[in-house]
Amino acid sequence: MYRYDEFDHGFVAARVDQFRDQVARRLTGELTEDQFKPLRLMNGVYLQLHAYMLRIAIPYGTLSSKQLRMLGHIARTYDRGYGHFTTRQNLQFNWPALKDIPAVLDDLAKVEMHALQTSGNCIRNVTTDHFAGAAADEITDPRPYAEILRQWSSIHPEFSFLPRKFKIAVTGAPKDRAAIQVHDIGLELKRGPDGGIGFAVYVGGGQGRTPMIAHKVRDYLAEEDLLAYVEAIMRVYNLHGRRDNKYKARIKILVHETGAEEITRQIEAEFVEVRKTELLRLPDSEIERITAYFAPPVLAEKPARSSAFEAAKADSAAFADFATYNVTPHKAAGYGVVTISLKPIGGIPGDATDVQMEAIADLADAYSQGEIRVSHEQNLVLPHVALDDMPALYAKLAEHGLATGNAGLVTDIIACPGLDYCALANARSIPLAQDLSNRFGSPERQKEIGELKIKISGCINACGHHHVGHIGLLGVDRRGEEVYQITLGGSGDETASVGTLVGPGFKTEEVVDAVETVVDTYLKLREGPDEPFLAAVRRLGQQPFKEALYGTA
Amino acid sequence: MTTETTDAELTIWRDGRFQADEWTRAAEDEAVADGPAILPLERFLAERDALVSRNAPLGVSVEPNEAIEELAPHLDRVALVTLNFPKYSDGRSSSSARLLRERYGYVGEIRAVGDVLIDQMPLMRRCGFDSFAVTNPVTRKQLAEGQWPDVPFYYQPTGSTQQAEVPAGTRPWARKPS
Repeated sequence: MYRYDEFDHGFVAARVDQFRDQVARRLTGELTEDQFKPLRLMNGVYLQLHAYMLRIAIPYGTLSSKQLRMLGHIARTYDRGYGHFTTRQNLQFNWPALKDIPAVLDDLAKVEMHALQTSGNCIRNVTTDHFAGAAADEITDPRPYAEILRQWSSIHPEFSFLPRKFKIAVTGAPKDRAAIQVHDIGLELKRGPDGGIGFAVYVGGGQGRTPMIAHKVRDYLAEEDLLAYVEAIMRVYNLHGRRDNKYKARIKILVHETGAEEITRQIEAEFVEVRKTELLRLPDSEIERITAYFAPPVLAEKPARSSAFEAAKADSAAFADFATYNVTPHKAAGYGVVTISLKPIGGIPGDATDVQMEAIADLADAYSQGEIRVSHEQNLVLPHVALDDMPALYAKLAEHGLATGNAGLVTDIIACPGLDYCALANARSIPLAQDLSNRFGSPERQKEIGELKIKISGCINACGHHHVGHIGLLGVDRRGEEVYQITLGGSGDETASVGTLVGPGFKTEEVVDAVETVVDTYLKLREGPDEPFLAAVRRLGQQPFKEALYGTA
Repeated sequence: MTTETTDAELTIWRDGRFQADEWTRAAEDEAVADGPAILPLERFLAERDALVSRNAPLGVSVEPNEAIEELAPHLDRVALVTLNFPKYSDGRSSSSARLLRERYGYVGEIRAVGDVLIDQMPLMRRCGFDSFAVTNPVTRKQLAEGQWPDVPFYYQPTGSTQQAEVPAGTRPWARKPS
C-alpha cells in the first residue's frame, strides 16, 4: 500500500489546520453558511436533510486494517455506530456534529486519510478495480497510476473550479470491474506494440440525467505521458465545458455537443503542447518507486487445490454458495479474493457497524495481509486469502453477520442513500432495496436466477447507478407520490450499455411485484441456466418484458 | 495640492499590500485616455496598429469565453492582462493565466478581476496571477489581517514564475514555495 512521506503528511496536516480555523469561524458566526459552504464542500462536508454528512476519501478503494479500525473508532465516537460505503469506493458518516469534524479529520490524518475532493467541482477520488493487485486476469496493478493521479489532482490550482465534478477510473484488467466507460475519463491499462505499459483512454462517459458511454480518444498512450494527457483533457474541459447549466456541465455533454472527432483533435493538439514542456513526463524511476508500494504480498506457496476448502464445500451448502459467489480466483495458486457482502438479506446496502469494521480489520490481519478493499458495488473485499483459511474466515464472518453468499446475485443490490438521508432525492432507495432483498432472499431462488445486478437511484442524479443496472430502478416524484421507473439491459462492464426504460413507473407498493414479473419472465424465456439475465435481455429485447408488465396493448 | 487616498481606493492587492489602481478602462466607443489604459480584447485587436503610437502602457481585458491565443502574438506590447472571474467558481481564467505565463512566456502583470475571494487567491497566484482587484469586504479584511490560506505543499509543477517554487523530494511533480 502507498505510505505517506513527510511531504504528504505535511500537506494533509496543513489542510486540516486550515479547515479547523474555518469551522471555528463558522461556529462563532464570523462566517455565514453561504460563505462557509464552498469551504466545507472542499473538505467533504455536506449538509443533508437532517444533519451534516462527512464523506471520507478511500483512494482507489484500498484500506489497511489500521485505517479500517480507525473508521470503526470514528463511527463509534463521532457518529451513531455505523458508516456507509458508497458507489465511489468512499465512506460516508451521516451524523457527525460540525464541531467534531476537525477532530475526525485529525484522526483520519493519523492513518493517512482525509476527506479532500470528495465533493465540489474538482477531480474526485480516482477509482479502480476492487480486485486490483490480486485478480488472476490482470495485466498490471492499476493502483500506482491511480495514486499518481490522486497526488497530481490534489488541490490542483487550475482544475479546482471545473464546470462540474470530474471522475476518473482505471482498470488493469480487460474484464472491467471499475466501470471505466461511464466515467469522465476511463483508463484501461494495456500492453503497447513495443511491449511497454500504457493506456487506452476513454472520455465523456457518465450517468446522471443524461447517461452516456465514453468515447475512446486514444487507443494507446505510453505510461510516461499519463499526466500530460490528462492535463490536456482537463484544460480542454475547463475552458470549453458548459457553465450555463449545471445539468449540461459534465464533460460528456461537451464531447456530445462538440463531436468525438473534434474533441479528440482538441485534446491531441493540447497534449502536443503540454508534452513539450516535459514538466509532467513521468520518469520510469518514479513510476517504479510508487509501484513498489503496491508490490504483491509475499504469500506462502500453496497447492492449487486445498483439501480443507473442498471438504468445507462438501460439508455445508451455505459455505459452498459463499465459495461459488464470494470467492474469485487469485493470481497466486491456492489463494482466493473474498468479497464480504454488505448486503445481508433485508439489510441496508453498504452499511457497516463499528464492530463489523473492527472485526473485518482483525480478519484482514489474520487472513489477508492486513489489506481490505471497498468495491463500487458497496461491498468489502479481502484480497489475499489462502483457500485453506476460507472455512475459518467464513465462520468468523458469520459471527458478525458478514457471511452472506450473494455477491453478484439478485440481492447484491446497489442503492443510493435516497430520501432517507439525501436532500436531492425524490424517493426512498434503501427500503426498496430491503423489500427486494427479502422477496428474493432465499438461497435457492437466488441461485436459480444467477447473476443479476439491481441498482437503485432515488433521483435522476443516478448515484445508485441505475443506468448500468441489469435491472435499474429510478425513483421519481409523480405529483407528490414516489414512483419507480424500471430500466432493463444496462451494464457497467467492458460491454457497457445504458439500460432502456421499459414503460411507465410503478408505485412503491407495486414495484417489488413488477421486478419479480421481470425476473419470472427471464426465467421462463432464457435458453437455460447458462444464459444470464443481461444476455437474455440483449437477445430478447424489451418486448416480452413489456408484455409481462403492462399486458399486450 | 495632494489628494488623500482612502482605503477604499486602494483596490489592488499586489506584492502583499493594497495599492491604488493606476489603470483606466476605456469604454466601448470613447477615445483612449492618456496614461495606462485597459482595452477589451476585441477593441485592442481591432485598433492595435493605431495604438502603436501611444506613449503610455496598454492593458487588455480578457473575458473567460475569449481565446487567450488571440492575444498571444501581441504580448510584447501589453503591460497588463486582466482576466475576469464572473463567479469565484468559474475556473476558466486560471487556464488562461497558465497559458499566458507558461506557453506564451508573458512576463507582464496578470490581474484577476471579478469575484475574487481569498480562498482562491493562493491557487490563482500559482497559475500566474500577480495582482488582484479585490472588492469583497470579507476578503479585504482577511488580507489586511495578513491571512493567506495556502497549503504550502504542491503536487503540481505549474511552471509559473510568479510563485517561486522549488522541487520537493523525489517526486518530479512535487513543489514547495521557495
